[in-house]
Amino acid sequence: MSNIVQFENVGLRYGTGAETLSDLSFSLSRGAFYFLTGPSGAGKTSLLKLLYLAQRPSRGQIRMFGENLVAAPRGRLPAFRRRIGVVFQDFRLVQHLSAFDNVALPLRVAGTDEREIAAPVREMLAWVGLQDRADARPATLSGGEQQRVAIARAVIGRPDLLVADEPTGNVDPEMAQRLLHLFDGLNRLGTTVVVATHDLHLLSRVGTAQMMRLDRGRLSDPTGALKYPPLSEDT
Amino acid sequence: MSTALRASVADRRLLPEGRLAGPMPWVIAIMTFLTVLAAGAGLALGNAASGLGDQLAGKLTIQIVEPNPDSRDRQTRTVLAELAQLGSVAQATRVDEARMRELLSPWLGQDGLDPDLPVPSLIDVSLRANDARLISELTATVKAIAPSARVDAHAQWLGPLQGLLSTLRWLSVALVALMAATMAAAVVLAARTALVTHRSTIDIMHLMGATDVQVARLFQRRAALDALFGSLLGCVCGALVVFGVGGRIANVGAALLDKGGLGWTGWLVIALLPIAAVLLSIITARLTVVRALARML
Repeated sequence: MSNIVQFENVGLRYGTGAETLSDLSFSLSRGAFYFLTGPSGAGKTSLLKLLYLAQRPSRGQIRMFGENLVAAPRGRLPAFRRRIGVVFQDFRLVQHLSAFDNVALPLRVAGTDEREIAAPVREMLAWVGLQDRADARPATLSGGEQQRVAIARAVIGRPDLLVADEPTGNVDPEMAQRLLHLFDGLNRLGTTVVVATHDLHLLSRVGTAQMMRLDRGRLSDPTGALKYPPLSEDT
Repeated sequence: MSTALRASVADRRLLPEGRLAGPMPWVIAIMTFLTVLAAGAGLALGNAASGLGDQLAGKLTIQIVEPNPDSRDRQTRTVLAELAQLGSVAQATRVDEARMRELLSPWLGQDGLDPDLPVPSLIDVSLRANDARLISELTATVKAIAPSARVDAHAQWLGPLQGLLSTLRWLSVALVALMAATMAAAVVLAARTALVTHRSTIDIMHLMGATDVQVARLFQRRAALDALFGSLLGCVCGALVVFGVGGRIANVGAALLDKGGLGWTGWLVIALLPIAAVLLSIITARLTVVRALARML
């Protein structure tokens, strides 16, 4: 299995403070499923920001999709971002758009023909149980419903890499199970999934999942999933 | 411009404010109104200066100032004969007695025109080219025949007025440029404010892979619509004022102002001002947004 992500001695520092992430070296295999755990403040969200290209590292190298992204010019990042689906902890839905338009946003950004948008969006909304709330604005949706819209938006474009920050934090156990099934199904189609969570019960619900653990900005590899030192094969 | 205005219904919804929600269209309307006035004035003054120049170029008046009527008449005929020999002279005409009386009557009255009054004889001359060297040569020729004669180039009398008109025209051009700069500055401020207002939407679009150009296009479209409405309104109002003032000037019937109309080219320039305003807004909005986005990751 080839690597989709490779970190080498990556560090991240905000401003002039201490490093939030230090000496991260790992590889993520294409098509694998990872849970990222760790206590609050361990740096999970910061690591996810590096993965969904919202942040460049302060040091070290990051290779994704076969390219060195630290050296990549800014103009090349949009093409990589379109291959990444993101579920934000705070959902980050566009407040003045309907649930339908929020879910359709990645397809529109990618330039998908408008006639080819409605069907997959409605299908995805049905999958997360929001087919009747397609026209609802985020402000009128519950926290759980907003989270499901955010998840539908993240997976609608069949991303190569799905990054989710506490995606089941606001949903009931039954919906959490369904969403994990959705991620699992997507993973079986070839998407690499990274889910940051506090909920250790989730780990047992995806049989093939592997665990990454962050503590005070440093990564441990309790299951040996991270292939460190990085494999020599081309990412 | 069409690219800036073209956007899907879905894209339009990404920036939620309704049309004409902010002050921008009205600011642009006022700017365009003032620009049309300045441009109208500049174009009219340009035409007036040009018309005046055409009227004065190469025109001279020769005064034969000689108290003795016989001598004056002889000198005048000799000068006319000599001028007829000069290739540089297109036309030389003696101002006849009746015309002279007409010219003098406002000052002397009909009764004051004594036949014995030594009135200089006048010769109107048109040169083939407005060349100072030709005027000097002609003056020398005339002075050789009639030493007391005076040669007055018309451009010499009205040259300062023409210079004033030219200065006012350039002042109008400067005002148009200042209005354009102010409009661009207003668009920059509006675009920056909109960027701050829509920052969260832009961040999300970026993280989903939207390019700077995609994001900028939304702002361009917005700026273009604001500018289109504002500039059309301002242009129509400005054109009505220019038309009205032009009519009043025509009613004055002053010879100097006769040539000061806009003409069809002037009206075409004014009609093109809204297009220029829209293009200026699009380009300014695009540059502002793209430059601001370049500072984000």
